[in-house]
Amino acid sequence: MEKLNGLRCRECGRHYPAAPVHVCEFCFGPLEVDYRYDALRGRVTRASIEAGPPSMWRYKDLLPIDGDVAVGDHVGFTPLIRAKNLADELGCREVWVKNDSVCHPSWSFKDRVVAVAVTKAREFGFDTVACASTGNLANSVAAHAAEGRLKSYIFIPADLEQGKILATLVYNPTLVAVHGTYDEVNRLCSEIADKYQWAFVNVNFRPYYSEGSKSYGFEIVEQLGWRAPAHIVVPCAGGSLITKIWKAIKELKTLGLLDERDRTSMYAAQALGCGPIVTMIKNDTDVLVPVRPNTIAKSLAIGNPADGYYAYKVTKESGGSGEHATDEEIVEGMLLLARTEGIFTETAGGVTVAAAKKLIERGVIPRDESIVLCITGNGLKTPDSLQDRLKAQVSIKPSLSAFDRALADLKSQTS
Amino acid sequence: MPVLVRIPTPLRSLTKGNAEIQAKGDTIDSLVSDLERQYPGLKDRLLDESGELRRFINIYVNQEDIRFLQAKKTGLKDGDEVSIVPAIAGG
Repeated sequence: MEKLNGLRCRECGRHYPAAPVHVCEFCFGPLEVDYRYDALRGRVTRASIEAGPPSMWRYKDLLPIDGDVAVGDHVGFTPLIRAKNLADELGCREVWVKNDSVCHPSWSFKDRVVAVAVTKAREFGFDTVACASTGNLANSVAAHAAEGRLKSYIFIPADLEQGKILATLVYNPTLVAVHGTYDEVNRLCSEIADKYQWAFVNVNFRPYYSEGSKSYGFEIVEQLGWRAPAHIVVPCAGGSLITKIWKAIKELKTLGLLDERDRTSMYAAQALGCGPIVTMIKNDTDVLVPVRPNTIAKSLAIGNPADGYYAYKVTKESGGSGEHATDEEIVEGMLLLARTEGIFTETAGGVTVAAAKKLIERGVIPRDESIVLCITGNGLKTPDSLQDRLKAQVSIKPSLSAFDRALADLKSQTS
Repeated sequence: MPVLVRIPTPLRSLTKGNAEIQAKGDTIDSLVSDLERQYPGLKDRLLDESGELRRFINIYVNQEDIRFLQAKKTGLKDGDEVSIVPAIAGG
């Protein structure tokens, strides 16, 4: 079945053949994969999806892959968890956590986009993949390149967390630490991508790569029993994930797999130290003003987000909103999720929890409707952020009497 | 004020395939005029109908986004390097 019409400019509608290109030659707008929904309707059903593998590839028909999946067979289909304890704490009726902190193989939602991009790179015959990354993408591209036996060049800001650097180097890529912000790394990569014939997953492969994020949205709906939640809170860096979750919901409606009447509002969560998208939402303007990031949420530290304009439009079109979180609130958010649900997320997850809490407290998100929190990365990658907040409570010699004394001390402290 | 201008792939059909060209201008505004004089059609691709820089194009002077400088009024001097870069990338 021919499911793709190639690429199409999101702004001016010009058509392009399927190729490793990402911007419209005429208006510089982003190119998007153009699906033949008429051919997919009726062929892709709830039953056909449910009969698929327990991975993102159960939605392969809705992803821009022509042949077989080349890498990342086990990516996705992560748990959607009914977060009762967190809901109690927040005073809400129904809170869910979509937990990509345990996404296979590199512990973030980036495995979804990379599995598509690297498969596509193989389809187009590339032998080298590359990316500009704030960390999670670096881990994932290096891992999938190793699996696919491809060379990889990974470009990161030099001040990235040590955990994310090690979790990239272990796969033996060429890691290039650039002395600058992510936005500077990204600009450099655009110029490198223009010069070297590599598959830059988030530059020339971006139309395919970004589609992988739809699987996160498809899974939320399927795992809720083919129901869309009333509210979804999404961490925003480049702004792509929130636009693709929204696209996923719309596609499921187009294909008749989700009730048209289900209404979902989308919310952007960003750090106060790097929140240009939320600033657009708060000022209700479609003009993005870039910022110089200054936040512990380094995986979200993109001051000039490519999809900022579209992320803003999604929150507006869906009747949603956005909220900033301070560094302190981010840490509190991480601790809240860990304490209530036993889920250890990275700083970006802390941003989501903190922003959701504030939106609920402000009455923007009603307490009696279904809320999904997008947790997209693993806390073990960013332990530095908690170093000052956590310490071992009890340290004793290996004797029962020492423990008895310590326990008595503890009890006297808490009583 | 000759400056080096880096041209991204989508615009090279207008610059005879050149990835780097020399142009003159005291500011980004006047540089764009000189680019149009040398390569007719380039201005329309960079600016929208109201003369503003298109939403999906970023311009950098010596690696600095001109939105952190004086936007189109950003001054230029001999030997500066100007990069025109599609905005849609990364993340």
